[in-house]
Amino acid sequence: MTLSRCLPLLLALMFFAGCSQGAPEEKARAQGGAAARGSSFVTGSIGEPSNLIPILSADSASSDVAGLVYNGLVRYDKNLKLEGDLAQSWEVSPDGLGITFHLRRGVKWHDGHEFTSRDVLYTYRVTIDPKTPTAYAEDFKQVQTAQAVDPYTFKVRYAKPFAPALASWGMPVLPAHLLEGKDITKSPLSRKPVGTGPYIFKEWVPGQRLVLEANPHYYEGAPHLSPYVYRIIPDNSTMYMELKAGGIDMMGLSPVQYQRQTGSREFLARFNKYRYPASAYTYLGYNLRLPMFQDVRVRRALTCAINKEEIIQGVLLGMGQVAHGPYKPGTWAWKPKVDADPGYDPARASALLKEAGYVMGQDGILVKDGKPLSFTIMTNQGNDQRLKCAQIIQRRLKRVGIDVKIRVMEWASFLTNFIDKGRFEAVLLGWTISQDPDLYDVWHSSKTGPKELNFIGYKNTELDRLIIEGRGTFDLAKRRDCYYRIQEILAQDQPYTFLYVPDALPVVSSRIKGIEPAPAGISYNLIKWYVEQ
Amino acid sequence: MANYLIKRILMLFPLLLGITLITFTVIHLAPGEPVEMQTAMSPKVSAQARARLREFYGLDKPLHVQYGMWLSNLARLDFGRSFAPDNRPVLDKIKERIPITISLNVIALILEFGLALPIGILAAVHRDTLLDRAISVFVFAGFAVPTFWLALLCMYFFGVKLNWLPISGIHSLGSDALPPLARFWDLAKHLLLPISIATFGSLAGLSRYMRSTMLEVLSQDYITTARAKGVRERVVIYRHALKNALLPVITLLGFSLPALIGGSVIFETIFSIPGMGQLFYQGVMARDYPLVMGILVIGAGLTLVGNLLADLFYAVADPRIRHGRG
Repeated sequence: MTLSRCLPLLLALMFFAGCSQGAPEEKARAQGGAAARGSSFVTGSIGEPSNLIPILSADSASSDVAGLVYNGLVRYDKNLKLEGDLAQSWEVSPDGLGITFHLRRGVKWHDGHEFTSRDVLYTYRVTIDPKTPTAYAEDFKQVQTAQAVDPYTFKVRYAKPFAPALASWGMPVLPAHLLEGKDITKSPLSRKPVGTGPYIFKEWVPGQRLVLEANPHYYEGAPHLSPYVYRIIPDNSTMYMELKAGGIDMMGLSPVQYQRQTGSREFLARFNKYRYPASAYTYLGYNLRLPMFQDVRVRRALTCAINKEEIIQGVLLGMGQVAHGPYKPGTWAWKPKVDADPGYDPARASALLKEAGYVMGQDGILVKDGKPLSFTIMTNQGNDQRLKCAQIIQRRLKRVGIDVKIRVMEWASFLTNFIDKGRFEAVLLGWTISQDPDLYDVWHSSKTGPKELNFIGYKNTELDRLIIEGRGTFDLAKRRDCYYRIQEILAQDQPYTFLYVPDALPVVSSRIKGIEPAPAGISYNLIKWYVEQ
Repeated sequence: MANYLIKRILMLFPLLLGITLITFTVIHLAPGEPVEMQTAMSPKVSAQARARLREFYGLDKPLHVQYGMWLSNLARLDFGRSFAPDNRPVLDKIKERIPITISLNVIALILEFGLALPIGILAAVHRDTLLDRAISVFVFAGFAVPTFWLALLCMYFFGVKLNWLPISGIHSLGSDALPPLARFWDLAKHLLLPISIATFGSLAGLSRYMRSTMLEVLSQDYITTARAKGVRERVVIYRHALKNALLPVITLLGFSLPALIGGSVIFETIFSIPGMGQLFYQGVMARDYPLVMGILVIGAGLTLVGNLLADLFYAVADPRIRHGRG
């Protein structure tokens, strides 16, 4: 046989070898077969979990899976208010120093052992143990004494009132009977977790998938969707195609995908799209150690010159909202109207800059004492939204006579060589908004040292006092007053130009029912999701 | 010959040591430490927690001490534990990933050689004809089109539009329950797109090389003599010319051997193939020093062994080399 005859045959063989009607899971679903009577649920993740003992990992993939396998003593409800999880109830002592948790009875670990206060005490002890390589010890280190009073009562006492303490007990509780007396870093539980949660770990095929099964004895009732498959798909475009081809049931869309690629009737018949504010914000932060940014008029002028709406339209295609401070709109600590907030007003920006002593130079750049008003915005590589955002800001600031350069850096180099050493002028970055509104780590003046998070060097004594006051009381109304005032101060001082809070844009297969969007998003009631028979 | 062999093997050790020293230095020169990559910008992590993690990984010790520890472990064939939060043995992680990478690369290599050689020969034999030009266009298209773009296009067409082929991964969910033949079928379907695209992309180099060596051989005097004697063209090409034209190509095959264990990051990411390329990339991005060192040492070791084997074969073929007179 000559090659010219052989080649098409070979190609044809390869082609037909690969072509058949659908993958086994699709067939199983269509036939209503064993692949779970139509109730399996497949989701995709860009990253692979690193360690399923929650105190040993810091990545979101690990915490997503751990969140389904473990429970904490408390959790946030659909309205982002704390409610009991493994703790049925709790009391805070009148002096605000002690918390007594009354634990749920009859809860079983996935291996059948009963859950008791011993597990909570062990989790606390192993977390603060100097030998445990964990990043989560800080909140627990505030505890003065911890005590398992009886199997169903757990008591902690703090040296001073510490409001974020309650939320810190949302940390997943680990099984003492499997870990006590052993080296937690070498425990098989890091790959095969045993929890009390709604899903039981079944298998982990490295680099491919993680499979969980419904816990039939879960204290709130077994989840309807089982197995829960967590597929590892490192590329967003591939994940999107998997979604369209029916390979996964849920993913987070990008604004372009949400707005422009998922509007067809066919897509909307197969999927439901959701949209709500994400717990994150993007900001332009100024290095306040530099003389240029020490003048509050300059910082306010910069904010006045930046059109945040335009950024939201241009970068997020409208899928987000203007940020005025470090809180998520709609949450209890967020102040709806901040009086001191400078809106988009280029004329006012020019006036403020003039007031600060800047005059227009011949090349269209403002000058003061012979120095042009010019700075570089640094941002990290691999985040296209931030780069676009910087470009829009650059154009807007040029209009009022400010020269802006943009520098995009590899993340590790950015942190090590520039942020940690304070060698930057302005940065375009983002923060995740935690559920508890405590701002100590990012905004307190004691956190301006090397490798600390107040790296812009912001110091304000009133703000410091309010942060300490806010975290020192359990009284929600008092805390709210503190955080409202903090938002006014930040709006007045503009150490950051807070830019936007993006929207989370999840899409879920329309065969899944029971999804009720709430301030907490959509996943808070995952165990109630179901497939209609 | 025995002396030559012993000398060459003994030379491997300082060479490997040099490679590890350079690699160790270079990776530690890159900004960012594993601990920072895990904890940077996290409000939960205090300086003490960071110091505790550094101590856990031994990063608080001077660099030469760290290297010494790593080297003494390596002498016992212990590649250490990963600095990723899973803290698993590096060898376990490599063992998980290497079979799929080797299988994929071997199949792709067989296909590449199986297709590129005949294509090259065909182009040489029909030099400057329409067929030659058509082949050139075809192979250079594969060379010029970005792999990721072609991959996405094929995934969309065959996976989403036609729904004929799986888009990513190497197994379907639930394939474990299938009978062996069906499982193999499932795997074949998953690998069809990645392997086809990888092969298509690498045809150009080898086929053009084959074409040029074939043309060179065809212009030799003994080919002209054979033709003058009236030997059939088929025999001239496939019996007289091909054998000699293949020799330099076989050297290329030798060079391909170490590449079998290294995967492609882009490729494995797009097709969600859990191979070595992905593992190495993740290791580098997380500054997972033991993992990166482990993969590099295995790669370097294989390259050295490959070179040694090639030299030995040369030595067997040419006695001048082993007597040091080459």
